[in-house]
Amino acid sequence: MADPNFLKFDTLSLHAGQEVDPITGARAVPIYQTTSYVFKDADHAASLFNLETTGHIYSRLSNPTTAVLEERLASLEGGVGAICTASGHAAMHLAIVTLMSAGSHIVCSQSVYGGTYNFLKHTMPRFGIETTFVNPRDLDAFKDAIQDNTRLVISETLGNPGLEVTNIPALADIAHAADIPLLIDNTFATPYLCRPLDLGADLVMHSATKFLGGHGIAMGGALIDGGRFDWEKSGKFPTLTEPYEGYHGIRYEEEFGPLAFLMRARTEGIRDFGACISPTNSFQILQGVETLSVRMEKHVANARKVIEFLNTHDAVETVSYPELPTHPDHELAKELLPKGCVHFQFHCQRWPRSWQGVYRTVADFLSSGECGRCQKPRHSPCLDNTSANGCASPQECGHFRRNDPPVSGY
Amino acid sequence: MYVTVNNTKIFAATGGREFDPSQPTILFLHGAAMDHTAWALQSRYMAHHGFNVFALDLVGHGKSGGEIPASIDELADSVIAFMDAMELKEAALVGHSMGALTALSAAGRYQDRVSAVVMIGIAYPMMVGEAFLQKARENDPAAYQMMIDWSHARPSHRGAAEVPGLWMIGNALRVVEKSGKDTLYKGLSICAGYDGGFEAAQNLKAPALFILGDKDMMTMPRAAQKLIAAIDGQKTVMLKDCGHMQMIEKAADVRSALIEFL
Repeated sequence: MADPNFLKFDTLSLHAGQEVDPITGARAVPIYQTTSYVFKDADHAASLFNLETTGHIYSRLSNPTTAVLEERLASLEGGVGAICTASGHAAMHLAIVTLMSAGSHIVCSQSVYGGTYNFLKHTMPRFGIETTFVNPRDLDAFKDAIQDNTRLVISETLGNPGLEVTNIPALADIAHAADIPLLIDNTFATPYLCRPLDLGADLVMHSATKFLGGHGIAMGGALIDGGRFDWEKSGKFPTLTEPYEGYHGIRYEEEFGPLAFLMRARTEGIRDFGACISPTNSFQILQGVETLSVRMEKHVANARKVIEFLNTHDAVETVSYPELPTHPDHELAKELLPKGCVHFQFHCQRWPRSWQGVYRTVADFLSSGECGRCQKPRHSPCLDNTSANGCASPQECGHFRRNDPPVSGY
Repeated sequence: MYVTVNNTKIFAATGGREFDPSQPTILFLHGAAMDHTAWALQSRYMAHHGFNVFALDLVGHGKSGGEIPASIDELADSVIAFMDAMELKEAALVGHSMGALTALSAAGRYQDRVSAVVMIGIAYPMMVGEAFLQKARENDPAAYQMMIDWSHARPSHRGAAEVPGLWMIGNALRVVEKSGKDTLYKGLSICAGYDGGFEAAQNLKAPALFILGDKDMMTMPRAAQKLIAAIDGQKTVMLKDCGHMQMIEKAADVRSALIEFL
């Protein structure tokens, strides 16, 4: 008997989720630009609405083109399934509203995308969900911040803007010791460079707008469940273990096992909050996912060249890049991100002239730009200390918060 | 719901409906290292289409307590004991793989208790490869991977699940991974050791349906032919481009076959 013969990353990135149309033989994934679907009869409709049968009802809930993207991303991340959303923000929101209600609490890395920070710091408290932010390198701080009502731990594979490497296995252990799941935003690494679910994370989210798309033409997000978290044993997630009157008392964990979280998220969170992705956006992001591995390899190679340049430039004072031995998480990066990293930071001594010179030079040859878009560099000039982040811009990526010292007065 | 059977807590999913004594009853019996969620795409549907449904976590599996019995016949006895506890005079048994052998054993030995028998993904004798069995004996995760690899037809390895957003390979892996120490090995062992198939087939009084996957590598259709030939008046549904995870890979076809037969 042969060894297991699962399809590999490149094959999955090209084919997963797609069944070639048996009528037309269309090679590409068709764009099903439709809002709704025809029922065979009243019983078919009733059974679909009651989760007795499978299929599409309305494109707010699911769509055939989007389903291909969902399966493809789930396969690449090693999950049990996925839900694609209107944006990465929508994916984050969907995870939170599926898991908890007012009165709950989140522990989050303080080094996260500025939009995530704003959302958790300023918006969610209005809905009764508070967040404690901690230094992502301080595992004890995560542990200490967990309260009785904490329902989720959040971090990013690579911190933003600090490029801290999250110790996913250790953080997962901390979360699991408190019977709560770990959600990792894997936007910066993509499943090509890191698979958080294999490292112990329970949920993964993406801004698919970035590297997964790679072209900068389509907004989208994704939420992927690893299917390992035991909701029943935890006892802290009544949305998944207790009867839900929205579907006549269904208990998701009992009914669907590893798929419980995604089924609740789709049949409640997407249904009621409505942050669905457009089928055309799903198609456009699929075009990017097909080339994910080759693009990420190129991004890493390019980043390394830029680092070489920055290391030799006399105006550059410091360079932060997880592959450099001087990076505080260098050893961890070797373990968790063995294929490399795309993002870097550098800091210039003299401002503004020399900084601008360095930036112009970097911009000339940097092709790893705009958080995954191929054509343009991303930049986060912080004008009071003239540091720059190799893959960020405050306008689009919001790496800096309005109250951050580096950008005050920006 | 939980029922105490022989001092052991047994879990059964009911498809979201209360028991109605006026309706016929179906018991769903899962395969080795699986649990009631294997039937998620059939049990809820059948429960809303005129049947009482009990999708069991067989003793020693999933949410149920107890130890996995040493033989298919004893596993079948535990199913009949569940029916006793629920005061069910008769039920249709729908089994998959190990659960299909269990249904066959029960139908052959408790003729007045089994109104119909559906055997999905069955072979008889059910041979288990030595390398696979060895990995399972060692509780090596490679055994789970082998099982899930061979359980899905090659087209299913690319996905295109009937449930939007479901990645079938990942979901099936998670189910068997969490089955617990020795669960897969014990299940495979009692399947391989079952030798009462032809006798059960001869004693069978209930109508029988086989549902097979044409690309099933775990229980190849040709390995079911002698058993099929031994049962008079049986029906067989062959699912196209389908492996051993018939209830997930071809969920709608299995639903249709069940509705038509039962």
